[in-house]
Amino acid sequence: MFNYKNTKEKLIELFFSTTGILTLLILIGIFVFLFVTGIHTFAKITPTDFFLGEQWNPDAYGTPKWGILSLIIGTLMIAFGSLVMSIPLGLAGAVYLSEIAGSRTRELLKPAIEMIAGIPSVVLGLIGILFLSPLIANVFGLSHGLNAFTSSVIVGVMVLPTIISISEDVLTSLPNEFREASLALGATKWQMIRMTLLPAALSGIVAAVMLGLGRAIGETMVVLMVAGNSIAMPTSFFSPVRPMTANIAIEIKEVVTGSLHYDALFAIGLVLFVMTFIVNFISDIIVEKHVRKYRW
Amino acid sequence: MKEKVKIGFKDMGFWYGSKQILSEVNLKFYSKKITALIGPSGCGKSTLIRCINRMNDLVPTAKIDGRIIYNNEDIYGKNADVIELRKKIGMVFQKPNPFPMSIFENVAYGLRIQNMKDKNEIARIVKKSLEKADLWNEVKDCLSRSAFGLSGGQQQRLCIARTLANDPEVVLLDEPCSSLDPIATAKIEVLLKKIKREKTIIIVTHNMQQAKRISDYSCYLLNGKIIEYSKTENMFTHPKNKLTKDYLDGRFG
Amino acid sequence: MVSEQSKQAIYFTLFKSATVLSVAILLFVLLFIFCEGAGVVDIKFLTSMWSHREITQGGILPAIMGTFFLAIGVSVVSIPLGICTAIYLNEYAKENLLTRTIKLAIRNLAGVPSIVYGIFGLAFFALFLKLGGSLIAASLTLGCMTLPWIITASEESLKAVPNSFREGSYALGATKWQTIKTNVLPHSFSGIMTGAILGLSRAMGETAPIIMVGATFFIAHLPNSPFDKFMAMPYHLYILATQHSSPYAREYAMGTALVLVALIFMLNLGVFALRYNLRKKKAW
Repeated sequence: MFNYKNTKEKLIELFFSTTGILTLLILIGIFVFLFVTGIHTFAKITPTDFFLGEQWNPDAYGTPKWGILSLIIGTLMIAFGSLVMSIPLGLAGAVYLSEIAGSRTRELLKPAIEMIAGIPSVVLGLIGILFLSPLIANVFGLSHGLNAFTSSVIVGVMVLPTIISISEDVLTSLPNEFREASLALGATKWQMIRMTLLPAALSGIVAAVMLGLGRAIGETMVVLMVAGNSIAMPTSFFSPVRPMTANIAIEIKEVVTGSLHYDALFAIGLVLFVMTFIVNFISDIIVEKHVRKYRW
Repeated sequence: MKEKVKIGFKDMGFWYGSKQILSEVNLKFYSKKITALIGPSGCGKSTLIRCINRMNDLVPTAKIDGRIIYNNEDIYGKNADVIELRKKIGMVFQKPNPFPMSIFENVAYGLRIQNMKDKNEIARIVKKSLEKADLWNEVKDCLSRSAFGLSGGQQQRLCIARTLANDPEVVLLDEPCSSLDPIATAKIEVLLKKIKREKTIIIVTHNMQQAKRISDYSCYLLNGKIIEYSKTENMFTHPKNKLTKDYLDGRFG
Repeated sequence: MVSEQSKQAIYFTLFKSATVLSVAILLFVLLFIFCEGAGVVDIKFLTSMWSHREITQGGILPAIMGTFFLAIGVSVVSIPLGICTAIYLNEYAKENLLTRTIKLAIRNLAGVPSIVYGIFGLAFFALFLKLGGSLIAASLTLGCMTLPWIITASEESLKAVPNSFREGSYALGATKWQTIKTNVLPHSFSGIMTGAILGLSRAMGETAPIIMVGATFFIAHLPNSPFDKFMAMPYHLYILATQHSSPYAREYAMGTALVLVALIFMLNLGVFALRYNLRKKKAW
């Protein structure tokens, strides 16, 4: 309905539309490119063999094995292991910051915790190698500490700021009437938090956790350095594992371009893409619902 | 004395998507008069006023038919220039919406977007507009301060000054006093009566006493239709339509 | 039976400890890097070329410069494009299902693992476009990765500008671009910058993607064209930590980590200061 005579306006609009659409094409292109390259794999390897095969051994002479189940399990072990650590810690931190701490403390501590997210993962991996894995090897009497457990702890630390920060935002965004109504009925502060605020914030907190899960699934450097890189099927949390991300990082530089191995690594990339996209998507939908409910 | 028509609506209808908001609107707004649009909330009075300066263009699903004639031209016609239109038909919103700039810059905004460069001229117009809006004496010593420091009533008068700086022919006001206290409201009413000497004023209000106090003409809308339109004194003393009478008596709904 | 009051005291102490622990982790990491790394960081370390034969003889200048060039490359690729896209999506695109879907997809792309962008960069920029492993391929790859972050952040700050500013401006007869230029961008500028700097600082610490598109452990010269291979701090410390045989390798890895973290934290601190000021200034 806009009907500007002004040509300048039209040109400016054209400029922004062009750049906008160009960017969108680039981003769509990324997915399409990955998809086209990765999907080749399934012409030669059946999806069942790929997803449910327990052995990954592309270099085996004569009978290469293309099963990524152990890689998927490695990814999931570390992702869920890290959440086991970061959910309780993160929630407790979020409740403290939003409901208990004074505003000065919050202004100081929240950025400090968010700073953790600024530490490059390669640096955390380095600390994993130099400090945490020897410590864990000592404590649990292992020959070395490069395993799923150690990685989970470090990835847990990486995920922590995401969970604290978003859960805190969610709690803070709840209307004050909730707090007042509950306190006016004679509830203690903890009862108010437990019976009123946490249930109301639940969806937002779940979204925060999902976002953390997405980050944990996609983490590469920490697991590359600390998870032990074994392609054998893990038997316990202290087994060395090789998550999907680490597998791509290790093998991509050594494969022949266009070979089945190359395509299979893209297929793994595609699996990662789809997994994280779905996890983030769910998180996004939940947040959207929460926002609509509380006009956050 | 025959009054001059400034804006005329001819069989105008308005839709948001498939929902009809206004239908068969035929109306005349007279020059240098205050016309009040009254009616219960949701009756379409805000939508009607926003058609006059085409603010509804910003809503993607908006659809309009019929014509709105201003200075002998259809404002929705092919050659209409919406930018020129909005310079000539200013608008003051329900909630005061000063820009996050200084008081001076708020009033100068309209001049700056018209590329006025002459500093003295800008300062002169800003001063004149603030005087017209009865705000000059209150803010003349703090023109460079943020507009957000002003009280709600002052902010609304600032928005009026900002509109007057463009020297419009028509000023639309969409419930300008709904978030203000009685004293601030009274100031604005005095101001509007003063501005009326130069401008055509159309005001949406849900406050019937206000309509009675300041307007020359009143128009009662219900469910997107005009129920009654006449001189204010006539409408408030002898409403012709029973629906109008019910509304004025507070027996609505 | 424990009273509600003492239950509350116990829980609150737990919550406080959790918060303290989280902050302690940060402090520990910083302290650890500092204690282990500060020993090797001196002027020579920062300003000398890398000595491949005897690592104690050289410094990490080429890695610092590589990361610096990479940051510039990424900014050039992703900041203008990202901001313009956000302006398009938020101000020009029609608000409909398609636009909402696109925004949603972009937000989700921001969470796709960096390694996925890495293999894309390898296949597309390095091999398909024949840019090889080079500074420009890496800039484009990290640029693609950063793009959704910057779009999302810019969009948020554009959305935070109240609609009444836009309406007020239109009602005074401003055109769309005048409105955006004078009454939307100025109020979202610091928010957009915050997002851009944060995205950039994250890109600077990324390792996985650049492994594939041109980062190298050693070159004898600084990159002198965008088509050169390059050294970069994150990759440098990764190799030192995992694949280097020198007895000093770990100490040097820590030194490199210290420089990298210091750089990134300075950027982050800047962002926090900016954000704090913004919140204080914001009156609407």
